[in-house]
Amino acid sequence: MGKPDAELDRDRRAFIKKVLNGTIAGSLLLVIPMPMGAATPELPEQIPGIRGKKWDLCSKRFAFIVDITRCIGCGSCCVADRREFNVPDGFYRTWVERYVKDFESQVYVDSPNGGFDGYQIPRTDLDVEIRDTFFVPKLCNMCKEPPCVQVCPVGATFKTPDGFILMDDKRCVGCGYCIQACPYSARFLHPVTRTAEKCTWCYHRVRKGLLPICVSVCPTGARKFGDLNDKNSEVYKLLHEHGVLSVLKRDMGTYPALYYMGLRREVV
Amino acid sequence: MDVINYIFPNDLHVHWSMMIVLYPYLTGLVDGSFIIAALYYVFGVKSLKPIARFSLVFALAFLSCAMFPLILHLGRPERNINMMITPSVSSAMAGAGYIYTVSITLIMLIVLFVYRPTLVKRRLESKGIMNILYRLLTVDSTNLSPEALELDRKIIKFLVAIGIPVASVLHGYVGFLFGGVKANPSWSTPLMPVIFLFSACVSGIAILILAYILIKKFTNQPVDAGCVRTCINVLAGFFILAFSFEMLEVFSHSYLKTWYHHSVEGLLNGPLFQSFWVWQVGICSVIPLLLLGWLCLTKLKDSVFKFFAVAVSFILLLQVLLMRWNVVIGGQLMSKSTRGYTEFHPEWLDKEGVLTVIVLMTLPFIVLYIMSKIFPLWLESEEGSS
Repeated sequence: MGKPDAELDRDRRAFIKKVLNGTIAGSLLLVIPMPMGAATPELPEQIPGIRGKKWDLCSKRFAFIVDITRCIGCGSCCVADRREFNVPDGFYRTWVERYVKDFESQVYVDSPNGGFDGYQIPRTDLDVEIRDTFFVPKLCNMCKEPPCVQVCPVGATFKTPDGFILMDDKRCVGCGYCIQACPYSARFLHPVTRTAEKCTWCYHRVRKGLLPICVSVCPTGARKFGDLNDKNSEVYKLLHEHGVLSVLKRDMGTYPALYYMGLRREVV
Repeated sequence: MDVINYIFPNDLHVHWSMMIVLYPYLTGLVDGSFIIAALYYVFGVKSLKPIARFSLVFALAFLSCAMFPLILHLGRPERNINMMITPSVSSAMAGAGYIYTVSITLIMLIVLFVYRPTLVKRRLESKGIMNILYRLLTVDSTNLSPEALELDRKIIKFLVAIGIPVASVLHGYVGFLFGGVKANPSWSTPLMPVIFLFSACVSGIAILILAYILIKKFTNQPVDAGCVRTCINVLAGFFILAFSFEMLEVFSHSYLKTWYHHSVEGLLNGPLFQSFWVWQVGICSVIPLLLLGWLCLTKLKDSVFKFFAVAVSFILLLQVLLMRWNVVIGGQLMSKSTRGYTEFHPEWLDKEGVLTVIVLMTLPFIVLYIMSKIFPLWLESEEGSS
């Protein structure tokens, strides 16, 4: 037999009370502002002079330096980038190329899966004596005179005053003209959104004082990023030292803000 | 896979495929047929009278379909109007919508003025919806007085005269879209707009000759041999210019031997050897050049002349299509790494596939057929009926 009616009513009342209390308490949690970052500890600032200040678009001049002599082709940058942006397979915001030279100065380049899996084994398809090998990470060059921005018919890709070339996927018509215009093949048409996409140098992280994700994960410091207006930054020092820094496809007249240290003449 | 072949990972896909081959091809046909109209209405080449009106309606039918491949090619076709409402002034492509609008408005106006006497006559004979349509097309005017017709003639001459630079811009601009891409060594040449323009004239005149003779043949109407001979002469002139510029581009660079040449020669002598040297240059340019020389410089019987006029026109239509293919698709086969080539395999049922190409190439002819019910293509049939 079941419980007497009075006892059932009491149970019901208690249940409804609990539900109501829970609902009210839950709603209050949503309404009352919680201290920011209480749940997740804030990452330490990686680019000085950004946190706690109003973002001044014109006060910073960012530069990216890739040190070829340090890259070990581990592919960490590619993995981090793919996770950060959910990049679809077969398309690349950043990739790492492997250059192999033989004693006849013939150059063999490959980049299987954009270097995502890391270069764990040597090339097996080459039947030559290898003289030299090195890795070259590639990404958006953030040109000062970007051809992609020039050709975009709707202004969906644009240059910010602090030097980033960004994409507005809400405006992009997917004509692909920017993909044709980029001399570095740093752009692709996203197969799902059907709009153009590219490396942003992690603008969303930089605005929070964090380094681009690929720079952050690089185990050898081959990728460097910083503000050229900050005389204490590593990029400022490197660009003002005697070391040789070059850019890709200089003849294109795009004036990249991506510099390469130890760039070899074989690299295109 | 060749061990030396290296393409940038993002260069595996050919982003501009057959729709972008078709777009310059369709606008080119418009330009060429407009040339014939211009020769008659502005420069007074009387022998072109039998196809002057046809060329205008033909141009309008093809121009009305010219934007479909462009819109179909877009990743987000529903946003196409953004190009006109929020254009970026620095972009060459932003001009597409405006140039197209000016062109189609102008050709529509020219057609309406040229056909005004016909439309007025038809209006007076028609009833119901057709009557309303004719009244709209004639702006409710029935004035066919000699003074009004003389004014019409002057307006037509003026509009067609404006049409010449507009048509040149329409197609030269298409060439510039490619010529302005410095990242692609096989495109970035100032000659590109010129090559596109002259090859457009060739394809347009060729398709007019082909359509004129075939339509007349199938409807058992006489073909005006004098008109075809004039068209072939004009075609020969434009083809000599087009082919010379195409070859000048290749040979001057192969003589200069700059970096440009070294990157393009591998493309032309490699993946494009068959479609460029064998088909575009050998079969579809040298043969028609010889045929055109024979047709223009010797006295042939009308029937023989017409047969070879059709043949040469057909080959030249193929030549221009191949040229568009070799520029648009061929140019993208070369990776910007300049170390390797990708491949392009056309698909049948893709949004930009072969079937779509067939539909889009058939569509202008259907439009032409429908338009011919309102704008009779041939002067003599109309004179016969009235």
